[in-house]
Amino acid sequence: MNGKVFRRLSLLSATLTLFLLIGIFAILFTYAQQSIQAFGFDFLTIDQWETDEDGYGGVFGGWIPIIGTLLSTLIAMAVAIPLAMGIAIFLTEIAHSNLIRPVSVAIELLAAIPSIIYGMWGLFYFAPIIQELFGGNGVGLLTAGIVLAIMILPFMAAITKDAMNTTPGVLKESAYAMGATKFEVIKDVVMPYSKAGIIGSIILALGRALGETMAVAFLIGSVMSVAHKVTDSTISIPVLLANNFSEAQDLQLSSMYYLALILFVVSFAVISLAKFYFLRRGTK
Amino acid sequence: MNRLLLNKIILLLSITSAVIGIGFLFWILITLAYKGIDSIHVTTFTNDLVNGGIRNLLVGQFTMALLATLIAVPLGMMAGIYLREYSGGGKLARVLRNLNDVMMSAPSIVIGVFVYAFMVAPFNTYNGWAGSAALAIMMIPIIVSTTDNMLSLVPQELREAGIALGGSKHKIIIQIVLRSAKIGITTGVLLSFARIIGETAPLLFTSANNQFFTMDMNEQFPSLTVSIYNLATYPDEQSRELAWAASFILTVIVLAINLLGRYATRSKKGK
Repeated sequence: MNGKVFRRLSLLSATLTLFLLIGIFAILFTYAQQSIQAFGFDFLTIDQWETDEDGYGGVFGGWIPIIGTLLSTLIAMAVAIPLAMGIAIFLTEIAHSNLIRPVSVAIELLAAIPSIIYGMWGLFYFAPIIQELFGGNGVGLLTAGIVLAIMILPFMAAITKDAMNTTPGVLKESAYAMGATKFEVIKDVVMPYSKAGIIGSIILALGRALGETMAVAFLIGSVMSVAHKVTDSTISIPVLLANNFSEAQDLQLSSMYYLALILFVVSFAVISLAKFYFLRRGTK
Repeated sequence: MNRLLLNKIILLLSITSAVIGIGFLFWILITLAYKGIDSIHVTTFTNDLVNGGIRNLLVGQFTMALLATLIAVPLGMMAGIYLREYSGGGKLARVLRNLNDVMMSAPSIVIGVFVYAFMVAPFNTYNGWAGSAALAIMMIPIIVSTTDNMLSLVPQELREAGIALGGSKHKIIIQIVLRSAKIGITTGVLLSFARIIGETAPLLFTSANNQFFTMDMNEQFPSLTVSIYNLATYPDEQSRELAWAASFILTVIVLAINLLGRYATRSKKGK
């Protein structure tokens, strides 16, 4: 192969992701036009999702799935952050060197399990436990949130661990020499040193949780109403798409694209914030 | 003394979180094995979905994932080669690299509706090509990132040796750099394959599902993961059992490919 051709092909491939991102945005935006023109920004606050009797028009708003997405993600973050920090601290500061590898592999395998499996398991084994403990009918915000937490845990723990590992040993040793306990070293030396990486890992995991579909589809209950208690069933943007997209037409379909656009823009913003600001990679 | 007590409590909590994480892994795996093995019969593998088996689903899922791999690997590798070997670490490369990372975390359901718009809606039918395209879009960023990282581990001296021998740049890349990064890239391909074979959301509105055996990519295509989603929600015991059997088999496949990938890297490092 000619060198010039090879170079051009590689450049072309490298710009593919850029075009994909632009393409996704353009397509979602185009297909959402009908709904954008019908509802504008009010779409965000309309708490209805109802088709007219003729099956074409109707009133569609994003409020219920948007709130559902945010709340389930919030619960997931509240559960996952302390656990991920604990695991990262365990792997960097506590675990015996023989334990580090098996424990990291186990945590990474947690990330390898397909999300549909989390859904199946959660529905038949985890939801009944939540029902037993907190009442409700088992599926709802809390169940979806906790299982989401387990799913994002590995990402958060892995990046936090890497960030903590960059703390120079000399800094830690000086603190130990001053009589600091392990916890004080972690709190006053390791954490401040790896702050950017830790925040980055949290935001990145947040971005993933927002877009998670299958596990949540099994566990959130898929009811078109805002949850008033954590055990209430509700719905999230990805789940509404998963359940209703294939039967939707016209204005409803366009409103689904509007929701997909909102989800895409928000997760793009969240992940970009994490990547460009907190987890900046060197020019290397 | 308070400081020491606090220290002990925090360390204990940290160990507890590791135990919780591993506990969930085993809880899920043991449940799956228990429910799955119980539900697997010989007919599970020999029958198609319409007769209570998953033969067509396995073939369908693998066909789509393999086709996606065939699209994603060359494109992703070429992109990774550009970023590492040609870009010279400039601004463009930095932006592309970050965008690639963003793309890697894009919600998979959005990729599904994106592909639906131009590969399903115009033809009025779900089809296997669309499913493969959606999986390929999920896979490309992972391959780009792996190739980029693996090429960065190739020592600069090898490239210089190639230059000293008078090799042209693309010859050096193909014959020296890629060759020494081979194992790392293979591992990356395996891991990303394991990732996409278990995907459901991008397939829901692209390939959808098919109860019958088919290799015709122009029609609705059988998918193991979409079937699990459907079967699990049916009220009858038989469907649920099949869903468990399918889940168990899917997980075994995914974890086996994962561990294979990991083992390949480790044996390389051991040398």
